[in-house]
Amino acid sequence: MSTLTEAEAPPPLAPVPTTKPPRKRGRWTPYLLLAPGLIWLLVFFAMPMVYQASTSVQTGSLEDGYQVTWHFATYWDALSEYYPQFLRSVLYAGSATILCLLLGYPLAYLIAFRAGRWRNLILILVIAPFFTSFLIRTLAWKTILSDGGPVVGALDTLHVLDVTSWLGLTAGDRVLATPLAVVCGLTYNFLPFMILPLYTSLERIDGRLHEAAGDLYAKPFTTFRKVTFPLSMPGVVSGTLLTFIPASGDYVNAELLGSTNTQMIGNVIQSQFLRILDYPTAAALSFILMAAILVMVTVYIRKSGTEDLV
Amino acid sequence: MALINWLKRRLVVIAGLLTLGYLLLPNVVVTVFSFNQPKGRFNYEWQEFSTAAWTDPCGVADLCGSLSLSLQLAAWATLGATVLGTMIAFALVRYRFRARGAVNSLIFLPMAMPEVVMAASLLTLFLNMGAQLGFWTILIAHIMFCLSFVVVAVKARVMSMDPRLEEAARDLYAGPVQTFVRVTLPIAAPGIAAGALLAFALSFDDFIITNFNAGSTVTFPMFVWGSAQRGTPVQINVIGTAMFLVAVLFVMAGMAIGNRRKKHKA
Repeated sequence: MSTLTEAEAPPPLAPVPTTKPPRKRGRWTPYLLLAPGLIWLLVFFAMPMVYQASTSVQTGSLEDGYQVTWHFATYWDALSEYYPQFLRSVLYAGSATILCLLLGYPLAYLIAFRAGRWRNLILILVIAPFFTSFLIRTLAWKTILSDGGPVVGALDTLHVLDVTSWLGLTAGDRVLATPLAVVCGLTYNFLPFMILPLYTSLERIDGRLHEAAGDLYAKPFTTFRKVTFPLSMPGVVSGTLLTFIPASGDYVNAELLGSTNTQMIGNVIQSQFLRILDYPTAAALSFILMAAILVMVTVYIRKSGTEDLV
Repeated sequence: MALINWLKRRLVVIAGLLTLGYLLLPNVVVTVFSFNQPKGRFNYEWQEFSTAAWTDPCGVADLCGSLSLSLQLAAWATLGATVLGTMIAFALVRYRFRARGAVNSLIFLPMAMPEVVMAASLLTLFLNMGAQLGFWTILIAHIMFCLSFVVVAVKARVMSMDPRLEEAARDLYAGPVQTFVRVTLPIAAPGIAAGALLAFALSFDDFIITNFNAGSTVTFPMFVWGSAQRGTPVQINVIGTAMFLVAVLFVMAGMAIGNRRKKHKA
């Protein structure tokens, strides 16, 4: 904090117009304030990316050391070997994002408009799991979805499992170790990241707009389609991004709730880095994932027309 | 017909409450299974009621050690990220300077990056530097990814601050230090507190980045991860339940303070 005060010149003597706050106290102050944090981010966020880029074009072995040989074929090899995991990641993360939107919207709407004096309590119940270990909660899904447990039993009785098995989402009378379990875990884990932005943008909507729509003989659903939903778009966009990006890199759900047939790209990166120790391939995979996500996010933000979000 | 109409009118409420149930179901299971007496190594099936784990939460080797390590890491990471992040937030809101756009992007990128990418790239850096993986590499990583979230939380608060309040303080002959300590800081405090709380939760709960950069050091999430393979002790559920209760109390206290302030102002 001392950097702020010591570097400051005395405040300007002339009265300043209120619309323009004084910004020129000490020309170096902003740089001194920024320096420590930015250096941290440059050294431990930007520089690692450069190191990773260089690792991805190296060849060699763990024993003899690695050399930068501009071996771009690693990228091609990695992609052709692991494209199923890439596709699966996009598919699972995409499904989880859509499910989060479908499940999260009513709850966000409920908190914003219908909860009344229960609003704070429901908000607490949405936020509190953030502070409980997500690993413990994900493990709890093993109990919930266990073979022969009540959930699986109910789904079986309702013949839901027949349909999902036919679709390839489950296998036989099991839910654990199937794609359905992984998507269920992903949806669960990232749901709060969808609900909170949705709630924030819904809460900003003036309630009188709903009344106005009603006065103009709009049915509730029409009001929602023409007024509420368009106005909540910023929340929808940031919520889907906050869900999709971490979900596509996640490997915890696929590992705990899935099987070898449900591995996502995160699982491959993790095992390449920590078990197989093939650093160039691991770095290339992680770079492809990053690039893919940056491209998808840019296109998505352009399409949804809320560029000011970033 | 009446029933269908009733359901139709309550559709949003019913759907919302179902989602809330989905969100809370694992917490309920964790709480219930903290009172279980498992027969085998795994605590996935209900056997018999017991309070043994609650009376002896540290009864499993290494569990409380990893917990206290995680708490220490989270405390230091929160301190580091909050100080650095608050400084950046003030610089961004209060000053015009060159490369502001670039700085904003650099702050935004860590939040838009899948954790596994950051984790892997940090590991390549540490391996290249020959750094010893452990407490310090975890702390460095945690401060790095918590930083952006603190900046966003503090920035939001400082942006909504009326600059005329500080001008008024200066008009009343308060020095720069006095203005900052007695006017600026108290107004920014809720934003800083929110950022700090977020940083603490993120650091305490982080698994992916820690898993890559911890070496043989075992934090609490890594202990839980390991136990998923070896067999989960009931104590993990006890700690999960306790964390949930503490979090609820914390958030409730925070909201109560916020509400009282609002009433005070009105």
